Amino acid sequence: MPKHSKPTATFMSTPTPSQLRTNADLRQLQRTMAAALMQPLTRKDGLATSTQVDFITPNDRMSGFERLEIYARQYWFRLLDCLYDDYPALRVLLGERRFHQLCRDYLAQHPSTSWTLRNLGSALPAFLTEIKARDVARVEWAQTLAFDEALKKPLRIDDLLGSDPSTLHLGLQPCVVLLQIDHAVDHFITAMKKADADVRGSASQAMSEAPTRASIAKAPRLKRERVHLAVHRHDNTLYFKRLAPESFAMLAALRDGLTLADAIEVALAEASPDTDWPAQIRDWFTEFSQLGWFIKSPHKS
Amino acid sequence: MPTNPYNGQTDLGIGLGLRVPHYRHILEKKPVCDWFEIISENFMVDGGRPLEILDSILEQYRVVQHGVAMYFGNADPLNRDHLKKLKRLVKRTNTPWLSDHLCWGSVDGRCSHDLLPMPYTLSVAKHTAEKIRQARDFLEVPICVENVSSYAEFTQNEMTEWEFLNEVVERADCGILLDVNNIYVSSQNHGFDPFEYLRAVPHHRVGQIHIAGHTRLDHVILDTHDHPVPDPVWELYAAAIQNTGSTATLLEWDDKIPSFDDVHAEALKANRYLHEHTHA
Repeated sequence: MPKHSKPTATFMSTPTPSQLRTNADLRQLQRTMAAALMQPLTRKDGLATSTQVDFITPNDRMSGFERLEIYARQYWFRLLDCLYDDYPALRVLLGERRFHQLCRDYLAQHPSTSWTLRNLGSALPAFLTEIKARDVARVEWAQTLAFDEALKKPLRIDDLLGSDPSTLHLGLQPCVVLLQIDHAVDHFITAMKKADADVRGSASQAMSEAPTRASIAKAPRLKRERVHLAVHRHDNTLYFKRLAPESFAMLAALRDGLTLADAIEVALAEASPDTDWPAQIRDWFTEFSQLGWFIKSPHKS
Repeated sequence: MPTNPYNGQTDLGIGLGLRVPHYRHILEKKPVCDWFEIISENFMVDGGRPLEILDSILEQYRVVQHGVAMYFGNADPLNRDHLKKLKRLVKRTNTPWLSDHLCWGSVDGRCSHDLLPMPYTLSVAKHTAEKIRQARDFLEVPICVENVSSYAEFTQNEMTEWEFLNEVVERADCGILLDVNNIYVSSQNHGFDPFEYLRAVPHHRVGQIHIAGHTRLDHVILDTHDHPVPDPVWELYAAAIQNTGSTATLLEWDDKIPSFDDVHAEALKANRYLHEHTHA
């Protein structure tokens, strides 16, 4: 759950220039208006009565306060909508009221700093302190990344033949996200989508729309379980793939720039001696290469 | 006057905004449509389904880019990361011109994701025009700026909205995406004559026209793009093309989106006015 601190994006009253002669004047006016719009709405979704509005002209139907309030509501509702779209499973887990308050608290501390709304929820997983909620948020943010990160030219298994493992560096596709989590979030999301599709009568809508109130009312159970997960895109469809701890460790080490030999050493540091690891590693490489996960390393050639 | 330097000397007819609920219909049925307008920022990504869809559309249709995040009116400089990604998309789509809004939206790196109204002053017009020039020089494609709908006016205003628009486009030597629905919405919210606005627009700079619907509340009209085009907006459209000629026209429908055929039928109503003008 969120850290219980006062929002930092509080409104500060600053004088606005009566005339705009310089770019600094324009910036001051824009700062004042942005601060007014981005301060948290009241409990009744209104603008705080203390808001400075002397830079807005009233008309015969609305005060300057009321006119500015239209923009404040638009700002908050648009950004809340975006988080609702990006974190449907977290919404199911927390329930409507808690999720809504979480989003408001998050946006108050993390106003958008990107030109694209796609990045709005990037800091939400780290904002959560409850592990269960954070695991769900991490997986949902990974889905956002896997959805539209680049798919680079994959290396084939033949490209790796004859390479020296002690010097070979491999990269991982940007659209493959590795996560170690303590809850079976993949099963939770799959069950949630099935329930949602049952409600809607169409599975095709489940990926892109927030759950309805009906499906929220009966959330699936989120089991506690250590899971090594890859969230990835294949043929422009998102998938979850559970990994063995050892293959997860190897992929993570390769992603982080270790050589193949070092990555395998890290992966098998505490592995059981009863397994035929050379055969197992060959199988992993065949599978991951077929999935197109390996690319030329961004770290070293 | 269907073609001009501001729309890349093209002669496009009536287009539609490309929206997610219509993807399947468009790709499977391949309906006849003069052109599609895309929201640039939705496709400024590194991969995945958005670009796959776009490439499929580009195989069949002419696409024009319309942006929502350039924010020419920001006091801050243009965002280089945004511009670089936008240029990459321009090369992909080969858009004949590119449009964005005459507005501001962020300050000190904090983004509202809204199209906020400009203060109408000469110094702000100069600043805004300079940024449009910078963007055009970098992107190497004609730029049209769109008049936005607004719900508030600044006490610092020194001129009318249309005087401000004229100052900006003359100083930037750029085109206009004339949104007649926005003119109507703002005229009702601020109490001016929309036809006076239209008469003041430099018609030779209009590269494209937007039409759309809106929502009327008790004290304000909101630019919601969730209704058919109402009669007062059609009347403004008719008046606009009397002056501009048969200009590329696009219907915006962004919420409560009906079927493709319904949206297309609404857009094609514009033909009646275009034919009247052409055959007048």
